[in-house]
Amino acid sequence: MMTRYTPTAIALHWIIAVVMAGTFALGLYMQGLPLSPSKLQFYSYHKWAGVSAFLLVLVRLIWRMGHPAPAMPGAMSSAMQRVAGAAHTILYLLMFAIPISGWLMSSAKGFQTVWFGVIPLPDLVARDKTLGEQLHLLHQILNYSTLLLLIGHVFAAFKHHLVDRDDVLIRMLPWASSQHSSTSSEKVS
Amino acid sequence: MNKTLASLFSSLLALWVGPAAAITYTVVDPAQSAIQFSYVQMGVTMDGSFTKYNVKLSFDPAKPESTVALMDLQLASVDAGYVEANSELAGKDWFDTAAYPTARFESTSVQTLPDNKYQLNGKLTIKGRTREISTPVTFASKGSKGLFEGTFSFNRSEFAIGKGVWSDPKIVADQIKIRFRLQAIEK
Repeated sequence: MMTRYTPTAIALHWIIAVVMAGTFALGLYMQGLPLSPSKLQFYSYHKWAGVSAFLLVLVRLIWRMGHPAPAMPGAMSSAMQRVAGAAHTILYLLMFAIPISGWLMSSAKGFQTVWFGVIPLPDLVARDKTLGEQLHLLHQILNYSTLLLLIGHVFAAFKHHLVDRDDVLIRMLPWASSQHSSTSSEKVS
Repeated sequence: MNKTLASLFSSLLALWVGPAAAITYTVVDPAQSAIQFSYVQMGVTMDGSFTKYNVKLSFDPAKPESTVALMDLQLASVDAGYVEANSELAGKDWFDTAAYPTARFESTSVQTLPDNKYQLNGKLTIKGRTREISTPVTFASKGSKGLFEGTFSFNRSEFAIGKGVWSDPKIVADQIKIRFRLQAIEK
């Protein structure tokens, strides 16, 4: 039985984690800045990172369809497995919804998104101040919902590792050897 | 019968003299006119407009060489799409509207081009700096209304627009495009 995520899935998980954290932090920081050339750069970088994150999540989802996640530990109750599964589904939805809401917000506020300053994304909504503010609010709500869910995600990973002592955390770590994971799975079984 | 003939005759006469009856377009209707600009910021094309300007115009299609066009643009009327940018543009690094409230265009000569186009030459003055510019203008008349349209570009650095930290053309490109559309009538 497969006990580890594929190296590709592990790489995508961690690359997306880093891109999301960085983009979120930059988003928080840049808002309060007075208008300056750096502010314009930060907004552009934030948007480029957001488009990149969207594409990475898309690749990750497509990969996952061909390479299902390893089964959850048998020790988990079926109710708990359903909760974990639902949380992962919601995280995927949020990872798509956040960049899309940011893209639409940019269009509504009158700033087209041009990926890396080279590839223009179409403006799906026209310039509209009210709509821009609504999408801004939506972008924030989606981000803070994700933050809350991620706190739960990290908490759950450590709980699995430290309390349940299963391989749920280990099997997603990039540096854990397959030897290690097979021994830990033996321990579980 | 007589009446009909007379009216037919007068209509024919009107058709015949019509093109010869010259109109001198002098008064610009702000509601039907627009001064817009666009520029590239971080690879993204942005646009905006100016809402307040005074135009002194005298254009007779029969005598284009004697055209007079003078425009004073209120720089504080800039609308770049968001409040933060509008107040930044009024500041010292950009338009410095406290010291230079207006930009001026003053025509020096006009040449006739084919297809209802004219080459308009003149002097553009912004922030006390004057540069020669030349732009083709298309002209279309509809009854008593004349529509003038054209596009030209200049480099903002030549007028010290966006100095200091803003001078980097990789953030805000040097080239500024102006699109104008002025509808004028005869007074």
